[in-house]
Amino acid sequence: MGKNHPTVDRYVVSRVRALESLLLEKGILAPDAVDRVIQRYESDTGPMLGARAVARAWTDPGYKELLLADATAALQQFGLDYQMLVVVENTPAVHNLVVCTLCSCYPWPVLGLPPTWYKMPAYRSRAVSEPRKLLGELGLDVPPSRELRVWDSSAEMRYMVLPERPAGTERLAEADLVPLITRDALIGVAEVAPPAAAR
Amino acid sequence: MDGVHDLGGHHGFGPVEREENEPTFHASWEATVLAMMRAGGARGVYNIDEFRHAIERMAPAHYLRAPYYEKWLDGIARLFVEKGVVSAEDLAARTAFFGDRPGEPATAALRGSLPERVLSNPGWVQDAIRPGDTPPRYAPGDAVRTRDFHPHGHTRLPRYARGKRGVIARVHGVHVFPDTNAHGLGEAPQPLYSVAFEARELWGESAEPNQRVHLDLWESYLLPGSQP
Repeated sequence: MGKNHPTVDRYVVSRVRALESLLLEKGILAPDAVDRVIQRYESDTGPMLGARAVARAWTDPGYKELLLADATAALQQFGLDYQMLVVVENTPAVHNLVVCTLCSCYPWPVLGLPPTWYKMPAYRSRAVSEPRKLLGELGLDVPPSRELRVWDSSAEMRYMVLPERPAGTERLAEADLVPLITRDALIGVAEVAPPAAAR
Repeated sequence: MDGVHDLGGHHGFGPVEREENEPTFHASWEATVLAMMRAGGARGVYNIDEFRHAIERMAPAHYLRAPYYEKWLDGIARLFVEKGVVSAEDLAARTAFFGDRPGEPATAALRGSLPERVLSNPGWVQDAIRPGDTPPRYAPGDAVRTRDFHPHGHTRLPRYARGKRGVIARVHGVHVFPDTNAHGLGEAPQPLYSVAFEARELWGESAEPNQRVHLDLWESYLLPGSQP
């Protein structure tokens, strides 16, 4: 499992059951709440919505302008009411990276639950102080000529990266672009690979 | 508080390890913790700032060692006990009960039948923006300096950005102030800004070239400053 997933003590699982039974008894936790959480986060949310907004921004300049200026209004086109999102654009001059050094803030409504590495000390400690080295280790080389702009999510505002559209996708339609756009690209730890190189 | 949760710039945690095709939950108890955390928030037992501060109050070594959802469990268990929803004695007794009966569902320990009124939990909506007539003191382009303080309570001004010079990049509107809201001292809303810092200002000679950090900071964290 590696250091991201230290072995969980059986005591922890027992304590979860204990608190669950007490909260059921007190009427705090609804009997269907756990099933609903699993349904919601395993099936109903994920990075799809963020990817769809990016694909539309790549194919519709007016939408891109709206997404960058007023992400709340832009996401309403996808039926999402999200007041607290800012979308930041990658360009040849600027690469953006999102982190939360104090806890694990992450734009759940557009990206789903965060991956474990996003929440662990290695990423949170290094993303603000040596992001270029960190990204290099993850296979993304950002040359010193390109500004690295790190967004540390210290309040309730959430950040999502608008990655650059890869070369060779000029003929692809919005719907065909969506599957190319990965969660990691929307956080800023990867770029979007063109279809030939996409795995 | 100056706790181990304030990780920005710390050394020694090694490389970032990404897990291929990571599942949403690695075990069912993680989903249970998430459901309980949201239920407590939705029912008004605690607010998001109290929740974050409860996790910050974990024992430092435990914080660094614990898997993510164990941190949440520790935080919400602390809050449910402090708020008087459950007693520490009941929680300990039931934990021992399930320790002797691994694999039993939570309903195995119920006293009596489930309360009928609880059908489904409402959603927990995070809404920190407060409309108000508080005019922002700073405008985009203004030079600011962050305060240098070390409060024992909750704050969202990380250590690496205290006493540093930055520039206002954006005004986000008026937001609930976590430093009071985490301690039952009210929402005390104030203007929130995106403040841009040069990496050199934050990390000195060790800074990587051509880098900036943007932090979202409340007005009372800021003082008028000179350009960095």
